[in-house]
Amino acid sequence: MLLSTILEAASYGPAIAAVAAAIAVIGAALGLGKIGQSAMEAIARQPEAGGRIFTSMIIVGAFVEGVTLFAIVVCLLAGQG
Amino acid sequence: MKTVLKHITLWFALACALFASGQSFAQETQTEKPEKFDSKSFIFGHTGDSYCYHITEINGEPICVWLPVIVKCKETGWHCFSSKHVCELKDGETFEHKGSQFFIEPIKADKYPGKLVEVKADGNLSRPFDISFTKNAFGIFLVCAFLLAFFLPAARMYKKDPMGQPTKYQGLVEWLTYMVLDGIIRPNVPENKVKKFAPYLLTVFFFIFFANLFGLIPFFPFGANVTGNLSITLVLALLTYFFVNIFGNKHYWKDILWPDVPIFLKAIPIMPIIEIISTITKPFALMVRLFANILAGHIIIMVLMALIFIIGGMYGAGMGGVMSIVSIFMTVFMTAMELLVAYIQAYVFTMLSSIFIGMAQQEPEHE
Repeated sequence: MLLSTILEAASYGPAIAAVAAAIAVIGAALGLGKIGQSAMEAIARQPEAGGRIFTSMIIVGAFVEGVTLFAIVVCLLAGQG
Repeated sequence: MKTVLKHITLWFALACALFASGQSFAQETQTEKPEKFDSKSFIFGHTGDSYCYHITEINGEPICVWLPVIVKCKETGWHCFSSKHVCELKDGETFEHKGSQFFIEPIKADKYPGKLVEVKADGNLSRPFDISFTKNAFGIFLVCAFLLAFFLPAARMYKKDPMGQPTKYQGLVEWLTYMVLDGIIRPNVPENKVKKFAPYLLTVFFFIFFANLFGLIPFFPFGANVTGNLSITLVLALLTYFFVNIFGNKHYWKDILWPDVPIFLKAIPIMPIIEIISTITKPFALMVRLFANILAGHIIIMVLMALIFIIGGMYGAGMGGVMSIVSIFMTVFMTAMELLVAYIQAYVFTMLSSIFIGMAQQEPEHE
């Protein structure tokens, strides 16, 4: 009852948006770390394929960043209104 | 390596010295409270669209390039005037032109933030049909003019003398074009359809790449944030959607609307509806990916620059000077990363577009 009154009184939109953006960045960092790890292991196994592996790593990294930036855009909108 | 360490130590020592002097300077001049810096309008003013092209301010007088405002109101018809009249209005004033009153809503307004509104006779605000030549429109036309000026002379040279020895300029154009053609388009689009779709894919790659690059150059005429704008990426994604679906194979549409699955999944149209939604979400993801990446980069650079003024506003000019060294270093690194992001986003957009177009042109494998 007290909690709901507190939640009604103040507007926590921007604060929760900031926390949500930080959580989204955790997901992005984990994903990109895994991509980098597997790319480096693959290049260490077969250095001749280094160029192609690097290109694929960049592309997959762009996809993972794209998904994260979906969440960031939603957080920006939530922080505004 | 030793020279780099020496440089880093020297700059760090300079920063510490400035820090110390800034602290003492701030202690002395605590009497005057520095004015608060409006970071939100600074950031969103630089990354958003605007009717005038703001360059700088000299002695409080803004130096802008006043772009034309072209609107059509329902009652009074077409209006075309320089944005100088509406950009420099104080609060509450309106600009009168051929019978209608205009002013620009501030960014914090509820209904039409940052847009040109018309005040009708009864006091209501309404948006006229607005096709003004804003900063982003100027940026788009600048990129188009650059693309035409960069690529068409090479095409003419090849047409005039196909077997001649290519010049260095022709070599550059050929290298750029084949990087996209052989690297992105040929692996994904079937060979007999490459000539049909290569013009669109090449154009979209170079437009996005050069628009991203031009958004990073800070001075006039290059500073417009073209691709960090949802409307522009919406149009690019709509073009991809159009090219994928209008030119799609009969086999492609059969796989969407009547796929090869058990009857209970396609009689109550579950699978067709999911497939139709998936044709929309793929260009939607293209749109948001490009928009969010470029806008996020611009906002980060703007925030790092605004930090100087925020710290200067809170602690006085000395601390602002210290902050500027740190901030400039970080901004240089962020801008370098933005160069990489500019190329990667153009590459990913074109690659995904070519993959979707290639998937829509597949011939069924014969048994």
